[in-house]
Amino acid sequence: MSILIDRNTRVMTQGITGKTGQFHTQTSRAYANGKACFVAGVNPKKAGENFEGIPIFGTVKDAKAQTGANVSVIYVPPPFAAAAIEEAVEADLDVVICITAGIPVRDMIIPKHRREGKRTLLVGPNCPGVITPDEIKIGIMPGHIHKKGPVGVVSRSGTLTYEAVGQLTELGLGQSSCVGIGGDPVNGLKHLDVLRMFNDDPQTEAVIMVGEIGGSDEETAARWVKDNMKKPVVGFIAGITAPPGKRMGHAGAIISGGKGTAQEKLAVMEACGIKVTRNPAEMGRTLKSVLK
Amino acid sequence: MKIHEYQGKEIFRKYGVATPRGYPAFSVDEAVDAAKNLGGKVWVVKAQIHAGGRGKGGGVKVARSLDEVRRHASSILGMQLKTHQTGPGGQKVRRLLIEEGADIKKELYVGMVVDRGSQRVVLMASSEGGMDIEEVAASTPEKIKKVFIDPAQGLTDADADEIALGIGIPERSLGQGRAIFKALYKCFWETDASLAEINPLILTGNNEVIALDSKLNFDDNALFRHPEIAALRDHDEEDPLEIEASKYELNYISLDGNIACMVNGAGLAMATMDTIKLFGGAPANFLDVGGSATAERVTAAFKIMLSNKKVKAILVNIFGGIMKCDTIATGVVAAAREVKLSIPLVVRMKGTNEDLGKKILRDSGLPIISADNMAEAAQKVVAAVKGTAAAPAKAAKKKAVTNKKKR
Repeated sequence: MSILIDRNTRVMTQGITGKTGQFHTQTSRAYANGKACFVAGVNPKKAGENFEGIPIFGTVKDAKAQTGANVSVIYVPPPFAAAAIEEAVEADLDVVICITAGIPVRDMIIPKHRREGKRTLLVGPNCPGVITPDEIKIGIMPGHIHKKGPVGVVSRSGTLTYEAVGQLTELGLGQSSCVGIGGDPVNGLKHLDVLRMFNDDPQTEAVIMVGEIGGSDEETAARWVKDNMKKPVVGFIAGITAPPGKRMGHAGAIISGGKGTAQEKLAVMEACGIKVTRNPAEMGRTLKSVLK
Repeated sequence: MKIHEYQGKEIFRKYGVATPRGYPAFSVDEAVDAAKNLGGKVWVVKAQIHAGGRGKGGGVKVARSLDEVRRHASSILGMQLKTHQTGPGGQKVRRLLIEEGADIKKELYVGMVVDRGSQRVVLMASSEGGMDIEEVAASTPEKIKKVFIDPAQGLTDADADEIALGIGIPERSLGQGRAIFKALYKCFWETDASLAEINPLILTGNNEVIALDSKLNFDDNALFRHPEIAALRDHDEEDPLEIEASKYELNYISLDGNIACMVNGAGLAMATMDTIKLFGGAPANFLDVGGSATAERVTAAFKIMLSNKKVKAILVNIFGGIMKCDTIATGVVAAAREVKLSIPLVVRMKGTNEDLGKKILRDSGLPIISADNMAEAAQKVVAAVKGTAAAPAKAAKKKAVTNKKKR
């Protein structure tokens, strides 16, 4: 088992003809069952063509109808990415994973509003994607650092997620699924949503939650963990040294109005029974210490 | 992106947010001319810098004659204005706003940001204007009224009225209050603002509602569709290193410490800074080199980091995923040669082609200190800095190498 995606997932790539979309579709296809999983591409101007044998459709709806694809991954450039998300939601896909970084916040507020009442799950934007090791990789993460196993990983950042995964794999601890939820202030799945899925997933035995400064999603998730989580959770929050008012790369990574500091998040997480480390080099070992 | 108060007020006026009349001035003579054009008997001379707290720092003065306008303009223009937001060095005043005086009966507060929790724009207002709103929020949260705006409807009349009455705008001025809130929301939404703040919003003796101040920040990711706003950028107000970095698509932020760091990815960059601190060092900057670091960009990153004279050592931390370690190593070696690097450099590389990358560093003949994980890298760079602080550069390098062998 795993969460969100597995070997039976069928994926369409929105923005398959761009340089980024091409490159990452190639690497995702080369990973595990990728060849069978990546079945369609979408580009309104190139319907009827194909990318290395993957048929291209004019709309998400067509791609779904023709190939049965139930998940999409988006590499569309920022000015058009929010519309691409909306199209995928309208087509009633199961999951939409938006990799695109740099989408204007306003563009994301509108689709968020339109998503209400819809069943499609959004991962991202501005995220590395989702991987279920040895089954399927959807996104830009390096597949080879992953290993199948019992640890769930959920994170707001990209390379810091790879860091956590790399440490786990080195310790011989594989992963059930790794989900990058992205670094933007207005996004889809939050830490809490992903933790809930890991809680219900029989393969997952423990979860590592990687957060960063800004907002209060980690605190919200921690409170939920305290009351509901049946499995151990460990955590790390990046940005203890970040000064207030400065945006640390991600649009969402900013301490404003004295809120969203790493110290505050770590304190709440600890109070809720999450084992935290302040040393990012110890994320893997911290997880190992809570596994039975 | 931030803009000046006078620019914000020009945008406000376009949207129908009432403001006092005023003109920007770049010289003392322009300031006096502006006052003459405005007429009246009372003027306010306001320093235009991007930081808040200008009044307390002596950057806002009331003048009751044209001579006084001249005097205040001469003393404020060119001064190093220090506020709680500028840092100890202050910020040089290069622009003024000359405004007609206002008859202030009551000072209110209104602000707008995107709220992460509800994922909507939130309008916040308070009867306690003019003060530090964070303090009001902390000590008397009941005095802050909020409405989370539904993007499908926009700000409704009912919500605007409730906020207006809630912060003490009298019944007779309700129409004006409603109009200002609605105009501010329209302005926020249409300009892709990330922050809009009026502190204070005032009620005059005639019960008019006027924006006495303006603070507008914009979403950098949306500037492509607002060229007229992008043109308002004032490079004098920004860190020259951050501007230089943005030319190479490097995300750089200056900090107070002496250990420069170059990392790929924002989260990992923050985590690297945190690790340096954890082992007793202090990061000199945040630098996310991004996902496609070419030799050229790595060299640019090195030059930018090194133009901060406080820097005593560099830590490079790369998790090679899509980006290969050998590419980074080649870039680091080229950069170190080109800038004739004379301070300790610690490199930690992990991921794709890791061994090849390490070999390139070793074979370069440069005194690069290698580390296998983040903690080790941080410890080594902190040790190297302590070495340079106590001894000349050459001895420091030796010491750093010795440290490496010990571990």
